[in-house]
Amino acid sequence: MPLANEATSAILINEVKKRFVAGGRAVTALDGVNARIRRGVVTGLIGPDGAGKTTLMRLICGLLQLDSGRIEVLGIDSAKDPLAVQSRVGYMPQHFGLYEDLSVQENLDLYADLQEVAALDRPARYAELLHMTGLSPFTRRLAGKLSGGMKQKLGLACALVRVPQLLLLDEPTVGVDPVSRRELWGIIDRITRAEGMTVLLSTAYLDEAERCNAVLLMHEGRLLGQGDPTTFTDAMKGRSFRVTARDVNKRRLRERLAATPGVLDAIIQGAHVRIVLDRATNSSEDVELPDRDGVEISPAAPRFEDRFVDLLMARGAGRPALLVDLPPAAAAGAAEDVIVVERLQRRFGDFYAVNDISFSVRRGEIFGLLGANGAGKSTTFQMLCGLLPATSGTLRVAGFDLRNARATARKRIGYMAQKFSLYGDLSVQDNLRFFSSAYGLFGARRRARIAWALAEFELAPFAQATSKDLPLGYKQRLALACALMHEPDIIFLDEPTSGVDPIARRDFWRWINILAERGVTVLVTTHFMEEAEYCDRLAIMAHGRILAEGASESIKARFRTAERPEPTMEEAFIALIEQKEAEAA
Amino acid sequence: MSKRSDGRLRGLLRKEFLQIGRDPSSIAIAFLLPAILLLLFGYGVSLDARNVPIALVAESPDADTQSFMARFEQSPFFQPRNFATIQRADRAMLMREVRGVVWIRANFSRQLRTGVAPIGVIVNGVDANDARLVEGYVQQIWTSWIAARAQEARIPTPIPVSVEQRVWFNPAVESRNYLVPGLIAVIMTLTGSLLTAMVIAREWERGTMEALMVTRVTMRDILVAKLVPYFLLGMGGMAASVAIAVWLFGVPLLGSISVLVAASTVFLLAALGMGLLISSAARNQFVAGQIAIIAAFLPAFILSGFLFDIGSMPTPVQFITHAIAARYFVAVLQTVFLVGDVWSIVVPNMAALVAMAVFFLGAARLMSRKRLD
Repeated sequence: MPLANEATSAILINEVKKRFVAGGRAVTALDGVNARIRRGVVTGLIGPDGAGKTTLMRLICGLLQLDSGRIEVLGIDSAKDPLAVQSRVGYMPQHFGLYEDLSVQENLDLYADLQEVAALDRPARYAELLHMTGLSPFTRRLAGKLSGGMKQKLGLACALVRVPQLLLLDEPTVGVDPVSRRELWGIIDRITRAEGMTVLLSTAYLDEAERCNAVLLMHEGRLLGQGDPTTFTDAMKGRSFRVTARDVNKRRLRERLAATPGVLDAIIQGAHVRIVLDRATNSSEDVELPDRDGVEISPAAPRFEDRFVDLLMARGAGRPALLVDLPPAAAAGAAEDVIVVERLQRRFGDFYAVNDISFSVRRGEIFGLLGANGAGKSTTFQMLCGLLPATSGTLRVAGFDLRNARATARKRIGYMAQKFSLYGDLSVQDNLRFFSSAYGLFGARRRARIAWALAEFELAPFAQATSKDLPLGYKQRLALACALMHEPDIIFLDEPTSGVDPIARRDFWRWINILAERGVTVLVTTHFMEEAEYCDRLAIMAHGRILAEGASESIKARFRTAERPEPTMEEAFIALIEQKEAEAA
Repeated sequence: MSKRSDGRLRGLLRKEFLQIGRDPSSIAIAFLLPAILLLLFGYGVSLDARNVPIALVAESPDADTQSFMARFEQSPFFQPRNFATIQRADRAMLMREVRGVVWIRANFSRQLRTGVAPIGVIVNGVDANDARLVEGYVQQIWTSWIAARAQEARIPTPIPVSVEQRVWFNPAVESRNYLVPGLIAVIMTLTGSLLTAMVIAREWERGTMEALMVTRVTMRDILVAKLVPYFLLGMGGMAASVAIAVWLFGVPLLGSISVLVAASTVFLLAALGMGLLISSAARNQFVAGQIAIIAAFLPAFILSGFLFDIGSMPTPVQFITHAIAARYFVAVLQTVFLVGDVWSIVVPNMAALVAMAVFFLGAARLMSRKRLD
């Protein structure tokens, strides 16, 4: 039976269900998804990790079997004739699917052979793709030696080697620098406009929604919404505001705003607090703002993320934020530098992973290192934690020189690694017990700290649950709890919230804010522009160097222009890189 | 097969050869590891006892004991050390300085003339195989010494039966001649199963398999493109091993090259089939490596009859060896090298190998679907 709207639809998804069984446990990846993807436009498949984006992509390509439902791609049933689908689409899996030990040209040749591009057509197509991706000078370079952004473009070129009717890109922009991200979007815009290609692209970056013509918003295997991205933001019109307080510190202001009735969401954005009102509250006049006199409130443009939070809250994801007791604010100016980095270098062979960077972080400050994969963030972190010796330069953490007092300094540090490094087969309680012993806690103190962690992070109901079965947001909490067992003065967070949903990210950052208010110094790495806004100060890194350092407001202000009165962090980042390149040239 | 499919296959094959050429680890597994194994087994490991350190205790040395002990000095099997008392000799054995003690008591010469002259032989039984060899060699020395003495004294020899030994098929009684051909089976298992399974698992791990699958390529293309290069690599490793065996170690090759090549081809296909089958189940290199070692490499080592005689294994274990492809190949190899083209051995073993190759390749083809689940 032909489905409706076949002429205008590239993909029809009808009541699709898919479960995976792993280790005796069934996980529902897709739970009755219905969607229609239009021809000739860019559709974004948007959602956090675990939403089911990759599963849906793979089902569309016929790489997985459906449990039930039907997917029709370009008029072909993808379950019945996967080969027909596979020969008509271009697909770039996560991590680009490149052979790293083959050169750029050899990768292109391979995919041209596999997609049966006629030998006569190849020179012209190669020239076009290499020109489009800017890879012409690098055809002989091995793919493994390309930068993240260049790999991404080569992956795209391989998927496009035979002009496909449909291009599927699975998280093409994850971890690449903003300049490459913008270039990729430029290429996608061009191929949809010039060649009328249909593009389906998955991403965990909510800010990419606005660049798509249509959006499928997914969460935990279900479709939360679909349509033009403006329909998402339009629904939030008049509900977003920016709050600034003259006397109150922004973190305390956020806590109080979050606990105010009628406020759905409150997050720190640079020097302000951005709030979103709930559906029942019509105007900012209805909200009882704390200290009305010192507080300024002004309307802000709604964002895609606001709608996501709104939809998640409507499903009961959120919980009322309780006001926590915070110690009285420390006297201004009393905070000393607890992390001091001077002229730090780290060399691997003849490659400088970190090249002459300097910065310092004060007590109770949240400091961010922002940069793409390969910028040198993680190397800097490993040196600060005493896991990797520096080639040259000074590193002082909590007053100790890491050259000779590494072990002493480490006792004052908590570290939460990328991907959380928990023992997946141990229960929540056993993980806490192990990490507290590893930090040298025993007896009554250990029991007290475990009880504290279970209560503080609301992990008590999961105490006996196996860690690997926890939802991503809870894993993240547990990882944070493990890093805090020995009450460190400084905490290092390596990419703490990549891929988690906005509610989990908000919960996480709330704890970070509270920790900072209690005097814990926080150092965060992120490649997530939005997360940089939560920091007090940040350093933007690229190629092992710090390009700019300061409060996010002041960095953004440097790139304010007539046509861009309020640049985003990403725009500022791109402008900064362009400026540095112009200086170098 | 259409012309188009040739294009796809050519592309995949070119990729595979480029990767092999650029990846030192696959070259190492295919050529370096065989060379190391061969040298290790050829020079290092030996099942023969040579220069075994042994303690000699003569409580009252005289002409008789001296002539008896001189036999040990002359023997290629022993490296004797003299001790004055049995206590010291025992201590040397406890310290593992010697592997056996020959104890000649004070009354040896006197008893020798009266008829019965016992000598004490103590061997370290920890390594049973070794102990039995030492025991046998001591006995041999002792009987030949008695016989020589009898001849000298022109008295009738007290041992009426004399043994004339002939060793067939391995006249030099070199265990190396027997081990090296068997080792070739192990080496080919390494390339055929382990390397192939790991290389495909690597494609899964790096996500390249997923990218390959969403093209016009078929599973048949992918399997053939893995079979051909690793078949050539395995045969290359085999040729290198045979060359080392024959020219470096002087292992006789009495059978024909064509039987050797035919048997190797069929065995390698079975090993490759196993590698492909493993890779259809294991999608990361660690698991693929583990399975290949447990299911292919270790059985080829232990249960193929290359190192341990199948005939002396317990019956249930003997039964299991029938499921090990290497067993048939080792039988053919040992025959072709040491005896010649003995068809009554070659044919049934080859038939078993063909059956196994068909089974594994067929199973691999059935299990490999162009899907991720």
